[in-house]
Amino acid sequence: MALRTLASKKTLFLSPGFPLRRCVAADPVLLKTRGLVTFSLPDLPYDYGELEPAISGEIMKLQHQKHHQTYISNYNKALEQLDEAMSKGDASKVVGLQGAIKFNGGGHVNHSIFWKNLAPTSKGGGEPPHAALGWAIDTDFGSLETLVKKINAEGAALQGSGWVWLALDKEMKKLRVETTANQDPLVTKGLHLIPLLGIDVWEHAYYLQYKNVKPDYLNNIWKVINWKYASEIYAKEIA
Amino acid sequence: QKRRLCWSQRSFKVMAYYGLTTPPYELDALEPYMSKKTLEVHWGKHHREYVEGLNKHLANSPILYGYTLEELVKATYNNGNPLPEFNNAAQVWNHDFFWESMQPDGGKMPWGGLLEQIEKDFGSYNKFRDEFVESAISIFGSGWVWLVLKPEEKKLSILRTSNAVCPIVWRDIPIISLDMWEHAYYLDYKDNREKYANTFMNHLVSWHAATARIVRAQAFVNLGEPKVPVA
Repeated sequence: MALRTLASKKTLFLSPGFPLRRCVAADPVLLKTRGLVTFSLPDLPYDYGELEPAISGEIMKLQHQKHHQTYISNYNKALEQLDEAMSKGDASKVVGLQGAIKFNGGGHVNHSIFWKNLAPTSKGGGEPPHAALGWAIDTDFGSLETLVKKINAEGAALQGSGWVWLALDKEMKKLRVETTANQDPLVTKGLHLIPLLGIDVWEHAYYLQYKNVKPDYLNNIWKVINWKYASEIYAKEIA
Repeated sequence: QKRRLCWSQRSFKVMAYYGLTTPPYELDALEPYMSKKTLEVHWGKHHREYVEGLNKHLANSPILYGYTLEELVKATYNNGNPLPEFNNAAQVWNHDFFWESMQPDGGKMPWGGLLEQIEKDFGSYNKFRDEFVESAISIFGSGWVWLVLKPEEKKLSILRTSNAVCPIVWRDIPIISLDMWEHAYYLDYKDNREKYANTFMNHLVSWHAATARIVRAQAFVNLGEPKVPVA
């Protein structure tokens, strides 16, 4: 199954001399053709059950088909409302929509990264990182075990819902462990932070299988972490 | 002389300690709307862990001795700059309040003075109910939704809070609450928050408990118009 993110871009069609602002504000069909990019659910490069026993197929299916899809639908809705508010010059509405955009857009961004961070053991999941990323981990954390322990500790200590990240600090050229709350993407902690690995510690990510024992989920997920993807991103950004 | 030395070196460790209160019904009494399995994990694991975590914290903070749980929550909230004990203290309080906000064979409608107050502040019971459910499903992340009585405005109001925060820290008087953390509904309803919130309103919420709470609240808030006698 090829991974493809479908972004549908509809192009504007107008007859010459037609006043843009008036028609867009009045006509909902033309509003959509203003060039608003909407999003749809990306495919997973593996079957739902292929990450077992680390993550159950039921959880993967729910997370993908329900949670991620809901974030995308609500994000598209929020974008449409934002587009309308912007074209009307409604400043307070534009600002008011930022919460919904950060939450739903963040949910889409974060989960899209998450699917790439995971791989079945048959396709390289769990294989430790080598080359540049491997050395960087040893330099910045001492060893892979130390890094894993740190990420697990921060993930376990996170109150409520959120994500724990292995980030590349592009300015300092160093690796860092960060956490974000709810669906805040990593950039909310700094525009210079590039996400290499993100682990979802919302309860829906593990509850059906591990119940309240979040540490077990965190210990087991390393068996299906796709270090290859993280290495690719690292190599690209550090170059 | 040796004995005196012994006495002065003995220290009596005073420790605050809170026990885990059980819900006012059996763990399977809320079936089929909230499964026994959920109660076993939600109360038996999550709530218990908050209590144990709180006691561990308090073992290291002797100055927090002598508080009721409610006072402890307000004190550790520290006006918006919560101390490390707040999270556990507040979650213990929140869950105590939540179990008591539900009852077997619950739901249906409030009655009497509480219903009148709801109709006064929301227009009708159905409008209140819809607004409550809507608030519940629009929480971003983990949190709680509350029906509170606001003492200054003398009005009922619906509030959402994040993570462990509860309205008593703002001196609001909570009447009912609904836990919207995923662990509260995921085993029974998966991602269907709307079904969970509707089921709570239809079958779980205890209007008995809510009535008792608003009756108690009237010791602090004058809800009616004062009856001035005609000369």
